[in-house]
Amino acid sequence: MWHRVAAVTCALALTLTACGGGASNNNASTNPDDGTQLTMWVRSATDQFSQRLVDAYNQSHKNHVALTVIPNDNYLTKVGTAAGSRSLPDILASDVVYTPNYTKQGLFQDISSDIKALPYYSSIAKSHLDVASYQGKTYAVPHKLDSSVFFYNKDLFKKAGLDPEKPPKDFAEILADARKINALGNGVTGFDLAGSCGGCGVYTLFPYAWANGASVLSNDGKKVDINNDSFKAIFTLYKQLSDENLVDSSDKTQDGATWPANFLAGKVGMLPLGSPIVGDLLKQTAFQWGVTALMSPDGAHTSTFIGGDVAGIAATSTHKAQAWDFLKWTLDDAQQVEIIAKNGDLPGRTDLSGNKYTGADPRTKLIADGLKNGHTPFALPFGDLFNNPNGPWVATIRAALYGGDIDKALTDGQAKIQQGLDAAG
Amino acid sequence: MAAPNTLKDSFGTLSVPKESFRAPPRKSRDPASRRPLTGLLFVTPTAVVVAVLFLVPLGILVYMSFTDWPLLASPTPNGMANYTSLPDDDLFVGAITFTLIYTAITTVVLFAVAFVLVAISHSQRRGSRFYRTAYFLPYVVGTAAASTMWWVDVNDRLGVFNQVLQGVGLTNGPVGFLDTPGKALFTVISLVVWKFVGFQVIVLLVGLQSIPEQLYEAARVDGASTLQRLRYITVPGLKPTLALLTVLSITGSLLAFDQFYVLTHGGPDNSTVTVVLALYNKAFQSFRLGSAAAEAVVLLVALVVINVIQLRLLRNRES
Repeated sequence: MWHRVAAVTCALALTLTACGGGASNNNASTNPDDGTQLTMWVRSATDQFSQRLVDAYNQSHKNHVALTVIPNDNYLTKVGTAAGSRSLPDILASDVVYTPNYTKQGLFQDISSDIKALPYYSSIAKSHLDVASYQGKTYAVPHKLDSSVFFYNKDLFKKAGLDPEKPPKDFAEILADARKINALGNGVTGFDLAGSCGGCGVYTLFPYAWANGASVLSNDGKKVDINNDSFKAIFTLYKQLSDENLVDSSDKTQDGATWPANFLAGKVGMLPLGSPIVGDLLKQTAFQWGVTALMSPDGAHTSTFIGGDVAGIAATSTHKAQAWDFLKWTLDDAQQVEIIAKNGDLPGRTDLSGNKYTGADPRTKLIADGLKNGHTPFALPFGDLFNNPNGPWVATIRAALYGGDIDKALTDGQAKIQQGLDAAG
Repeated sequence: MAAPNTLKDSFGTLSVPKESFRAPPRKSRDPASRRPLTGLLFVTPTAVVVAVLFLVPLGILVYMSFTDWPLLASPTPNGMANYTSLPDDDLFVGAITFTLIYTAITTVVLFAVAFVLVAISHSQRRGSRFYRTAYFLPYVVGTAAASTMWWVDVNDRLGVFNQVLQGVGLTNGPVGFLDTPGKALFTVISLVVWKFVGFQVIVLLVGLQSIPEQLYEAARVDGASTLQRLRYITVPGLKPTLALLTVLSITGSLLAFDQFYVLTHGGPDNSTVTVVLALYNKAFQSFRLGSAAAEAVVLLVALVVINVIQLRLLRNRES
């Protein structure tokens, strides 16, 4: 391993010297669309989404954006090493939960005044602007907006004798419906959960708790609260679904990589996931699907995790005007509607949630309308504590689902996660 | 007796480097004072490459291990803190135990399987070449690629292993090859054996073929039994080869990373975290580069010690 670290360090040194003479282009020209070559990094989660935007921009502009897609797992490493060697791209996208790390370290340029000058400033997704702000300045704009919801397969509902227009309202109905659908056999399971995926747990379990009035993470990201009745109810349901084999046997080791596959294949009755799979669902014609919001255990309230990515201009970029030209263009009506919404994704602006694509389909409209109840949690060591496959949150999920003692799992998890938050200061 | 000697020699440079260093001065007895300078000139490019690509990064690594070095901020020196906190790191301590267990099992299993395969393919019968090629083929697949293949193959729904097992009626449902710590370890070891045994077999075959046939003939004339021939000719003749493979297998297993990173992510429940995976995790999940560097230094020292011990044992046996 030491040679691996050494190689990285060495690469840093090399790029450092190589970068020295690169910045010769000035941005004095008044028209930002002047044929500049821009670079942009995104993580693989937004792969095609970003590609569509970049392709359309490149076709209609003199500027050219070269997009690099980096595997989700390696994104922070890549950004971290590039930041050290000052070799970041012009435009840097970032998962919202990691963004506070970047703004705190000054990886982005301040674009507060540019954003405020936009005519639709007040309707840009606030959750994203919040995570992209640090000490009163804003450093990034929404790139991709997504939201976790509860999908169900209407065909399987019908086959199991359930009303396809009535998705489950509370936890009791989820369990009852899952049993009925599971009874269909033939490789069909009632439910689908990811038993070894921290990010999936954050994305789909936190909203149940939020809907039930639990805060989970404090606003400053320094206190965690998972040892409460909300999570007891959540894990009791999930443990029961798992114990009764109402989920696929592979769910135990599901690390998120192939989570939606079984649902997309029409083999799963209900799947809590998010708007990123809507595009795929709209394209397929094998089965009818419906969507409802993630609910509190008693079904009284709903909530959602507003996730996705923001994009900003790297502090080292010498093409600020051109990079902003691209970012601004992606937020404009035409692109938000004709590229983003048309593909089933959520627009990054609230004033466009009723657009002709999102508004036309009651399912996408439900997702867009649900954003008002949503949250984007914040904590500096978020990835290490919640997404890390060897971290305390994954251990908590697994102990609660497969260990037999939910109370103990939550007590242990609470202590370990809080310890991690304390250590980060 | 020429053949075993050449084999010993080629291996000897690895185990007894002293001789190769001693050799040049012996040759250049004549008083040419310019010679060392010329020689120095010739080794300079290599020395520079080694220094830049190895010694300098190593120095940086050691320096890093004495600092608090987050990925995204400037480092601050913190003395021995990274080292003194190592015993409290459950993941790292657990990883050491697991890595040792994994190394022991893998080394034994690899040799056991290799001996069987060597017995099958070490004959002049038709088809032995085919076997040798077949055993060796997996070795040319990269570890990460092989692990990805295995990851798909052991999947409950898509995996060919489960489908075959269910198809022939050995199991009712999917096995869940990565569900429990035991099964996950078994799956990784089966991958490692499949991938690396071909190399062991080829090296052992080369070792076997370098034992001169006359020895066996002479032994047969003297009335030695098969077991005696194995005990007094084959095993001593193979000793350097076995030693080499043991060193490679132990060192390789102690540094195991790819197969666990791809296949298990250290799961289930952190039961398959190796030392390298633990320190990768520390560096690139927790972004505590200083602490990871300290772990790397500890691992480096441990590897050097282990290899010195191994080579010393080996040298004693030879003499």
